[in-house]
Amino acid sequence: MSFLDKAALKIVGTRPIRPDGVDKVTGRANFGADMVMPGMLWGRIKRSPHAHARILGIKFEKALALPGVKAVTCGADFPEVTPERAHVGAAPANLRDLSRNVIARGKVLYEGHAVAAVAATSQAIAEQALDLIEVEYEVLPHVMDIEAAMADGAPLLHDDIFTAGVEPKPTKPSNVSKVVRFAIGDVEAGFREADIVIERRYTTKPVHQGYIEPHACLVSVAADGQCTIFSSSQGQFMVRAYTSRIVGADIADIRAIPAEIGGGFGGKTIVYLEPLAYMLSKKSGRPVKMVMSREEVFRATGPAPGAIVEVKLGAKKDGHITAAQSILKYQAGAFQGSPVQQGCICGLAVYDFPNALTIGYDVLCNRPKVAAYRAPGAPIGSFGVESCMDELADALNIEPLKLREINGAKDGTKATHGVTWVNIGYQKTLEAARASEHLKAPLGPNQGRGIASGYWHNAGGESSAACHVNEDGTITVTEGHPDIGGSRASMAMMVAEVLGVPFENVRPVVGDTTSIGFSASTGGSRVTFAGGMAVTQAAQKVVEVLKQRAAVIWDISPDAVEWKDGKAYPAGPNAGAFEPLDLATIGNRAARTGGPISAEVQINAQGQGPGFATHICDVEVDRETGFVKILRYTAIQDVGRAIHPSYVEGQMQGGVTQGIGWALNEEYIYDKDGCLENPGFLDYRIPVASDMPMIDTIMVEVPNPRHPFGARGVGEVPLVPPMAAVANAIFAATGLRLRDLPMSPPKIRAAVDAEEPPRLAAE
Amino acid sequence: MSKHHVTTNINGEPVEFLCEAQQTMLDVLRDELHLTGSKEGCGSGDCGACSVILDGKVVCSCLMLGVEAEGRKVITIEGIAQGDKLHPVQQKFLEHAALQCGFCTPGLIVAAKALLDENLNPTEEETRYWLAGNLCRCTGYDKVIRAVLDAAAVMRGEPGASVST
Repeated sequence: MSFLDKAALKIVGTRPIRPDGVDKVTGRANFGADMVMPGMLWGRIKRSPHAHARILGIKFEKALALPGVKAVTCGADFPEVTPERAHVGAAPANLRDLSRNVIARGKVLYEGHAVAAVAATSQAIAEQALDLIEVEYEVLPHVMDIEAAMADGAPLLHDDIFTAGVEPKPTKPSNVSKVVRFAIGDVEAGFREADIVIERRYTTKPVHQGYIEPHACLVSVAADGQCTIFSSSQGQFMVRAYTSRIVGADIADIRAIPAEIGGGFGGKTIVYLEPLAYMLSKKSGRPVKMVMSREEVFRATGPAPGAIVEVKLGAKKDGHITAAQSILKYQAGAFQGSPVQQGCICGLAVYDFPNALTIGYDVLCNRPKVAAYRAPGAPIGSFGVESCMDELADALNIEPLKLREINGAKDGTKATHGVTWVNIGYQKTLEAARASEHLKAPLGPNQGRGIASGYWHNAGGESSAACHVNEDGTITVTEGHPDIGGSRASMAMMVAEVLGVPFENVRPVVGDTTSIGFSASTGGSRVTFAGGMAVTQAAQKVVEVLKQRAAVIWDISPDAVEWKDGKAYPAGPNAGAFEPLDLATIGNRAARTGGPISAEVQINAQGQGPGFATHICDVEVDRETGFVKILRYTAIQDVGRAIHPSYVEGQMQGGVTQGIGWALNEEYIYDKDGCLENPGFLDYRIPVASDMPMIDTIMVEVPNPRHPFGARGVGEVPLVPPMAAVANAIFAATGLRLRDLPMSPPKIRAAVDAEEPPRLAAE
Repeated sequence: MSKHHVTTNINGEPVEFLCEAQQTMLDVLRDELHLTGSKEGCGSGDCGACSVILDGKVVCSCLMLGVEAEGRKVITIEGIAQGDKLHPVQQKFLEHAALQCGFCTPGLIVAAKALLDENLNPTEEETRYWLAGNLCRCTGYDKVIRAVLDAAAVMRGEPGASVST
């Protein structure tokens, strides 16, 4: 059964109130830090003050002597995660590295790296105990920046990392953990064909995901090893698996209960606290609660990498691009695994380049291990490519939107990373941009308009869902993905549509790891796609059962029963003359027709549709102060099918706003010793309400035929275009090309001064 | 370390509690009184997730000591609805989908209620500046601002906006 015909839909596409809404507007919803258990202790973490140092010894005697301190732990308590145990299931994390990120062994690799932890009867005692833990360090030379870390003789973070992806295999260890390369055609020949070639270098700074809820968990380990974890994360199954490997417990001994999650944006797809709380609980025999401070969130979690992006484009005078090349170098932080590959792929994926080459370097440095951030890697590569497209358009004297119309990817285009596109909506986003009111609106002095596009893969993968018909005919749907932005509403809507019942009759629940089958994390814009596919299939199975039960009641063949608008009907006059049976009637008679009416499905969803977006941004630049005001913003995106349009718009608006923060203000600032100088929201400035205009959204719908309702992931691609859209708008307003993020007032001022010497005050 | 005895009024009810001198009002609300609707996003007065109304003014409860509640009137997110009747701001947050993760939502709703208690006819700009101390990382503020302006209209007795479908 397909639901791709939009006109036939009754619930999908409408805007009902989310099922968890009242809890969240009244303060009843329980987030990570909101739970307590009897006898609970408070855990705190001792962190490294050094960017790079050898741990010579840790002494706990004084801390343990403090009344109220019940347990301490450090790296020595944790098992070595051997290479063969470094991966679990299909999860992406390298758990050997993650274990060492959770708690240092041998060396600390960044300021804020966890060295030890303590549990005590109050927060104040735990805090006091941290000062009594004595750690002796041998400070080592540190390296923060990409080119310094790649240079010969740079301080090495790990002596067992040899650059992967190069031939011959290196014999000396390096801070470059890997090199990735994708190519199509002959890029050198392409540049020779070009009438014009431009080559530019762009840089970005590390930025934090900036979820407002700090990491938090409550962990209880019993003497027999049975463990309950209540925590805020993007995946309770991820928490269970990662914690099990890091502490050396069996997965079946851990029950992970998902708290409501106060934002994640990718940053809560790995664990930080749970293994430490586990060890402290195991040692003390009491439940342990741990909550990070905002300062800890900044120093030790996230961020997205800082990067260098070098882009070279060659084109004919008519605007046809003959060759494209991008060289990306991303900070991985203290452990390998920056999303540089995604940056390489996504930056070029928007266009039909006959010849292209992209190379990415994953570079270790003494910064926190990077974590996923909304379309991980893509916004950085795209900032370079989309800025360079604008520079090329200027050099060719072609309208930037026109340049994209000429070169944009369409169905049949083969992308640089080898994929041939089908059912993509990129051209439709350009058409919508071309037709938009925004594009025609007049601009005033010092104002400019920029445009940029973006791409993100989206994800599918493993999901489970259960659909239960209750005795009164209401529906309970259990799924395995934490609801980070309204997905319960989407799940309930799809189920209600399939069953033909009112939305309010369906109660969606996010299950713990013992109440629903395995489900991969909320991430990769996968929940509405994969989770939606799972709940739809579960509901479809339930419809089949309901038809069988009606057939039993009527004593006819199930084939002679039709399900329509929430009721069973005889399928035509030959089936017999029966009054329709509704869900309440069938549910109430379940015991007499065969027992409980439920279906659970487990899927490995394939066929996620790629996401493309085009954004238009108007700015006004104050050349005196360097202040950039966002005047108007329109985000256009192929969303496949908007299940709940308000929450799709919300994803687009939220992504844009994060992108504006990344573009204009957000950056990590380190001192010469490698210590973070702005670990708080006062000095790390994310956008506030008064910074923003309303954000217009245009949802283009090119249904994804691989999803029952045509949905594509929508959550990540909105963060891909904004930085270049803002940079291109600043260029349009001022003629100044800003190539280094953030484009903060000092950078704008410096660019103004470089163009025109500072005027005398008297002028 | 002896505790202080504090007599106060929270959400219209007389409340007594014991707290340590250095304990913040936010910690008292969350850890002593189990009113966990107020959230800690920063502990430094930057994010507004802990906003409460103290004698009619919005304050960050993380910047206030528990002992400072003595003799005062405090309204938290738990006191915004009247029984099972949501405040118009709460209702409009739901209708406009003005929350995604919902973590900053209690603080935003408390701050917005305080705004409308003072000014039932705020402009968009006034609303944006009033709420500039409440960080939201999910929504981009668009739907939040629309919800507050719509709640103001309803409270003025106007019909209010219908959310397009």
